[in-house]
Amino acid sequence: MKHKAMSAAIVAGAVATAVAGLSATAPAHAQAKEKCYGVSLKGQNDCKAGAGTTCAGTSTVDYQGNAWTLVPKGTCVSMDVPDGRHGSLTELDRDLPEA
Amino acid sequence: MDLPEFPPKVGVGDFGAALWNPEAATPSGLIGPDGLTAPKRFNVYRNNVIVSLCDALEQTFPALQNLLGEDYFKALARAFVVQHPPKSPVLIWYGSEFPDFIEAFPPLASYPYLADVARVEWAWVQAYHAADVAPLDPAALGSVDPNVLGSIRFEKHPAAALIMSSWPVWDLARANRFEPDEEIRVDLDRSQSVLIARPEFDVELLQLRPGGDVFLNALLSGATLGEAAALAEGQVAEFSLSDCLSDCLSIGVFTDLVTA
Repeated sequence: MKHKAMSAAIVAGAVATAVAGLSATAPAHAQAKEKCYGVSLKGQNDCKAGAGTTCAGTSTVDYQGNAWTLVPKGTCVSMDVPDGRHGSLTELDRDLPEA
Repeated sequence: MDLPEFPPKVGVGDFGAALWNPEAATPSGLIGPDGLTAPKRFNVYRNNVIVSLCDALEQTFPALQNLLGEDYFKALARAFVVQHPPKSPVLIWYGSEFPDFIEAFPPLASYPYLADVARVEWAWVQAYHAADVAPLDPAALGSVDPNVLGSIRFEKHPAAALIMSSWPVWDLARANRFEPDEEIRVDLDRSQSVLIARPEFDVELLQLRPGGDVFLNALLSGATLGEAAALAEGQVAEFSLSDCLSDCLSIGVFTDLVTA
């Protein structure tokens, strides 16, 4: 069966527009990442990945200091969480769950 | 005192079958310290199997739990689990049939959008655990001879998934899981399709623009770029090829392109 296809000129024009638009902004995957402590919401740290992961949802207190998430380089320390607390590039000893 | 025989004479098959059938007798080789068959001890295992699988569903489908409430979700999960023993020992793959089960579950017939929300959540977990592959560099598309662009095909990224829906799944998933603090008004008269991908570490969700679902669905089914674009344009007047292609490339839906 032969499918109807869009004309080559229209496709080429649209592709050129899309590619040009994307190269104007740095591709997301090219941005360096770093581990960032203290900005995860309760149960939303990166190891919360559904069933069967050993540490799923282990962060039990909001903004728990030793649960990390990945953020673009440079935004970690300026990322605000409520009450004036900030993210930190090192593991924090605040907001830990009670033993 | 005579010690009970060890190891007990019960095969894995008998043990497993009896676990899944609460009516079945405790396998005869399972005995307590007194040497007698131990039904209460065996029931602990029965309970643990069901509860751990219910917990697995709860962790994979949190938006559904929000939509349904804790009690309802627990009951629904239990109903599913007893009919669907795991097919793999890998717990992250448990629950693939849950969306279809919800769709066919008579008490939920008046909530037809729930199954699609579940499909988004299932795709999220699978995207999270999918193989790491670098997405297609948009520049590769720019270097293709414009005369043959219409006949190229794309290879799907292992993490990418398209959920086409007649319901506002994008808003439902955001309001109940991904953006719980935003005020999102869900209008059940809208239909939304969601694209899920993981360009690097983080799973990303994106609402497809008009016609984007038709376009991408055709591409993922093996249509050429020109065919998919014509199909979407024919069905949806507002379809924009450059915008939809841009979305697909920026979220990393493809790994490679194949020229005819």
